[in-house]
Amino acid sequence: MESQAPLIEIRDLVKHFGSVIALSGVSLSVHRGEVMCLLGDNGAGKSTLIKTLAGVHKPTSGDFLVEGKPVSFASPRDALDAGIATVYQDLAMIPLMSVTRNFFMGREPVKGVWPFRRVDFDHCDEVTREEMHRIGIDVRDPHQAVGTLSGGERQCVAIARAVYFGAKVLILDEPTSALGVAQTSMVLKYIHQVRSKGLGVIFITHNVRHAYAVGDRFTVLNRGKTLGTYAKSEIQIDELQNLMAGGKELQAVSAELGGMV
Amino acid sequence: MVNTTQPTADLSSAPTVKKIQDERLREVSFVTRIMRRPELGALAGLILVAIFFASTADPSMFTLAGIMNILSPAAQLGILAIAAALLMIGGEFDLSIGSMVAFTGLIFGAFITLNSWPLLLAIAATLVIAAVLGGLNGQLVIRTRLPSFIVTLAFLFILRGLSLVGLKWATGGSTQMRGIGDQAGEGLIRELFSGVAFEGVFAWLAANDLIGKFPNGTPTVTGVPVSIVWFVGFALLATWILLRTRVGNWIFAAGGDPNAARNSGVPVDRVKTALFMLTAAAAAVVAILTVLDAGSTDARRGFQKEFEAIIAAVIGGCLLTGGYGSAIGAFFGAIIFGMVSIGLTYTRFDSDWFQVFLGAMLLLAVLFNNFIRRKVTGER
Repeated sequence: MESQAPLIEIRDLVKHFGSVIALSGVSLSVHRGEVMCLLGDNGAGKSTLIKTLAGVHKPTSGDFLVEGKPVSFASPRDALDAGIATVYQDLAMIPLMSVTRNFFMGREPVKGVWPFRRVDFDHCDEVTREEMHRIGIDVRDPHQAVGTLSGGERQCVAIARAVYFGAKVLILDEPTSALGVAQTSMVLKYIHQVRSKGLGVIFITHNVRHAYAVGDRFTVLNRGKTLGTYAKSEIQIDELQNLMAGGKELQAVSAELGGMV
Repeated sequence: MVNTTQPTADLSSAPTVKKIQDERLREVSFVTRIMRRPELGALAGLILVAIFFASTADPSMFTLAGIMNILSPAAQLGILAIAAALLMIGGEFDLSIGSMVAFTGLIFGAFITLNSWPLLLAIAATLVIAAVLGGLNGQLVIRTRLPSFIVTLAFLFILRGLSLVGLKWATGGSTQMRGIGDQAGEGLIRELFSGVAFEGVFAWLAANDLIGKFPNGTPTVTGVPVSIVWFVGFALLATWILLRTRVGNWIFAAGGDPNAARNSGVPVDRVKTALFMLTAAAAAVVAILTVLDAGSTDARRGFQKEFEAIIAAVIGGCLLTGGYGSAIGAFFGAIIFGMVSIGLTYTRFDSDWFQVFLGAMLLLAVLFNNFIRRKVTGER
C-alpha cells in the first residue's frame, strides 16, 4: 500500500491573500485506507488549506498532486471530479429539504426523454433509505426534512453521500466540533467504517481526543506551517496536545485547572 | 431429515426478516404527510373563504358564469404569482413584476401599432425583451450581492417611469394606447392569447342541457377565457418542474442555502438568473393577454401587482427566506384573491373590505407558515 502514490500529496504549499500569508509552506499526504488528522488551533490555516484542497482557492505556490499527478483545480467541481469530496461542518445540508433531495442534490439521476425528463425519485428514495440504514438511522423516512435529523446524523448522511458518489478522499471539516458525546462517537465510528473501505480521510479537528480515536497519522499545523507529521505509534496524546497549542502556556493553564484541558 | 430441512427454512425466512426490518421505517401518518405540504394553508384558506361566500353571497356567485368571473382576475394574478413563487423558493424577490406588465404592455402595443409587426413577431420580441430585462435584474443581484429586494425596487420605478414616458412619446401625450386589438389581426396566434377556449365543448354541454343557455340555444358561458387556460397550464407545469425535475431540486437548493448548493455542484447563479427571466416573461405574458383582451394599454397596468403576487405566493406557503413553498399553493392563493375581490360584490359588504382582508390574510399566512416550518421541518 505504501508503494502506491499517495491519494493526495502537497509539498510546501503557500497561499497569500494580498499581504496576508495564510499558508507558508504546508506539506501533507494521505494514502488509501488511512485517516490523516489535521490538527491546529484557530487561525492555524486549517480552513484555507481545506479550501485549497477542495478547489475553492488556488495555491500561490507549491506542489499539489493527486495520485502522483500534479493538478490545478479551477472550481470545487474539478476537485469533486478528481474524487476529492469535502464535507463542511455546517454547509453540507439544506435543513428545509428532504433527506433524499439533499442526498442527490446537484447529481440527480434522471429518466425519460427531454421534455419529459425527470428525476428518478423512486431510485433516489431507495438508495437514500439503504444508505441511511447502513449508517444506522434506519427508522426514518427519507422524505423527512434534514432539519429533523440530529447533527451527528446530518454529518453521517453528508459523508455517506460523498462516499456514494465515488469519493476517493474525504475531507471532513471539524465534523465533531458541534456534537455531543453520543453523536461524536457515531460520526467517529462511521469515519472508521469509511477508512476500512479503502478511502483516504483528512480529518480536520482541534480536538485531540477525537483525532487520536480514529487517526493513523497526525499533522500539526501552526501559524500557516506544518510542525510535522507523526504516526500514531510515534506520539502520545499529551505530546500532540502540547504541540498543537504551541507548548508551555497550555501546560501551565492545564496545571492550574487540575490537568484536564 | 430434520437437519436438511432446517437450513431451507432459515433461508426462506431471511428475506422476510429483512422485509420486517424495512417496515420498521416509521409509518408516516396521513396527517403528518399532509402537514408537510406547503400548500396546505392556501387550500385550507380557499375552503374557508368559499364557505364564507357560500353562506353570505348571492347564489349566482357559484354559477358557471360566476366562477369564470372569479377565475379571470385570479388567472392574471396567478400567472404572476406562480412565477413569483418559484423565484421566492429560489431565494429572491422581484418587485418589478407589476411595472414589467406595464412596460412590456407598452412595447408590445408599440410593436403592433407603430411598427405594424405581425402578432407572432410582436409577441416573440416582447417575450425576448422581458427575458433580457429579467436577466439583467438577476445578474445585478448576483454580481453585486445586493438584496434582490432593493435592486428590483429600483426597477419597479425605472420601468414604471419608462412606461409613462414611453406611452406619452408613442401616443403624442396620452397615457393610454388604443387600437392594439384592431391592428393585431385574427388567427391562431390571436386565439392563443385572447377570447375563450373550448367553445365546442360548451356548445355541446349547452345543447345537452348540462349548462345554462339562452333561448336561442347559445350557452350563457361560451367557453373558458384563455387566461384561465394559461393559468392552469402554468400551475401544472411549474408544479411538475418543482417537484419532479432536476431544475426543481436546484431551485429549492438555491433558495435553501446557496453555499451548500454550490458546494454540491448546483449552478446556483444560473438557476437564479433563469428564475428572474421566467418571472419577467410571465409578466410579459400577462401583459399580452390583458392588452389583447382590452385592445389597449395604459400606464397604470399591473399597478401593485408585485405585492399581490408576492402575497399570493406567501399565502401559498412560500417562506420569505426562500427554499420552501409551492407553485400549486400560489395557484390557490391567486384564486383566494379572485374569489374575495369579486365575491364581495355579491355580498352586502362594502367591497373596500378587500384591502383589510388582504392584509389580514397575509398576516395569518405568514404566522401559519412559520408555525408549520418549525413544526414539520424540525427547527426544534
